[in-house]
Amino acid sequence: MKIKAKVMDKEGMDRALTRIAHEILERNHGTAGLALVGIRTGGVHLARRLSENISKIEGVDVPVGALDITMYRDDIASRKRKTPMGKTEINFSVAGMTIVLVDDVLFTGRTIRAAMDSLMDFGRPKSIQLAVLLDRGHKELPITADYVGKNVPTSNKEAVKVRLAEEGGKDEVLIMEKAEG
Amino acid sequence: MALKRKDLLGIDYLERSEIEEIIATAESFKEVSTRDIKKVPALRGRTIVNLFFEPSTRTRTSFELAAKRLSADIINISSSTSSVVKGETLLDTARNIEAMNSDMIIVRHSMSGAPMILARALKSSVINAGDGSHEHPSQALLDLFTIKERLGRIEGLNIAIIGDIAHSRVARSNILCLNKMGAKVRICGPATLIPAEIEKMGVQVYFRPEDAIDGADVIMMLRIQMERQKSGLFPGIREYSRFFGLNQERVRLAKEGVIIMHPGPINRGVEISPEVADGPYSVILDQVTNGVAVRMAIIYLLTEGRGSL
Repeated sequence: MKIKAKVMDKEGMDRALTRIAHEILERNHGTAGLALVGIRTGGVHLARRLSENISKIEGVDVPVGALDITMYRDDIASRKRKTPMGKTEINFSVAGMTIVLVDDVLFTGRTIRAAMDSLMDFGRPKSIQLAVLLDRGHKELPITADYVGKNVPTSNKEAVKVRLAEEGGKDEVLIMEKAEG
Repeated sequence: MALKRKDLLGIDYLERSEIEEIIATAESFKEVSTRDIKKVPALRGRTIVNLFFEPSTRTRTSFELAAKRLSADIINISSSTSSVVKGETLLDTARNIEAMNSDMIIVRHSMSGAPMILARALKSSVINAGDGSHEHPSQALLDLFTIKERLGRIEGLNIAIIGDIAHSRVARSNILCLNKMGAKVRICGPATLIPAEIEKMGVQVYFRPEDAIDGADVIMMLRIQMERQKSGLFPGIREYSRFFGLNQERVRLAKEGVIIMHPGPINRGVEISPEVADGPYSVILDQVTNGVAVRMAIIYLLTEGRGSL
């Protein structure tokens, strides 16, 4: 795969996450009953950053959870590439809470479907909202993000690579072109 | 990331990397059993059969809960209530079960090698839940998981296994597993219950429990089967208890922070005294809790492996 375009750099990512933090607070009238749940692995780092941003704005620490959705995928038996399973860590009750699910890229919507199923097994949230850094299109399910860092229309031949400082390297989002053949 | 095999027949056939994979997966699964809704949908629609030709509560229930927490359908067949009493052979019983489209058969049998016969003849995955005096791989894996959870590592630990080594599939699987993971295994028991040339498995042999326990990080007691007394391999239960039973004085010889394990069911006051079994160093019930997570990992990884074939 070769790099086709860089659609977001560190500054762009910081600005997007700052804006999303403001939007979350505006939409929910503050932080009461609010919690962030990141989808492993990229979403967890982004959820922590959003929580830090909210803390800077409001002076309140919003709880952050981590969700591993491997067990809830609809393609569990047919996937060729198996990713190692991570831990699900939600150390607060989701019942009656407003949960903002956080993921790096919204693509087919199947990950979000699995995440919602998983979350519901922990209790009955008051509502679930979705924040993504990048919406690349090609939805296969009726799922839309409430907060979007950037809309980037892509083709199916392209792949989106989100690099985060937490995983080593620098913050950036790249569009990659899959090799022909 | 899945096991590259259809069946789990014994630790002997596993690579170290596969053992690590099972343990890592079990670490993630342990959390599922602490939820209010103790279930994930991963194996929805799969059919698993528990086929037990020997009595068992712990292992059968553990596999059953593991399958249910992965949303698989599981049914239990025990020899006493099946057509086995009418004279049906093992293979015929298993073929009939498979004809109902089972995906996995978990088998316990008093004959060593019985699961291998099934694995060769069937398309279903086969898990060995204990065969004769051969292997009990899921027990060794849950023991490994428990040691790692409590002590943080396996490499270099001194682990004493005490009891009827000769007839114990738990001992055999544990010796193989702990050796693969770099622990130093000591075995101890009456000379009549230590197999000849066991040193070739890479263990140190002791005939006095005091010597085996001295400086041990882990003490693993084995159940003494009361039936063995009739065979004349040791003089009596009371004598066995006096010479080989684990009591508080003997525990004191071990390393500070030693953990005490037992695969169950325990004979209180025979191989282990009640104060030790219920004492602060005992992790016997942790083993049971961890058993479900480890068996979830085994079932899940075997199913995954088949999906990629």
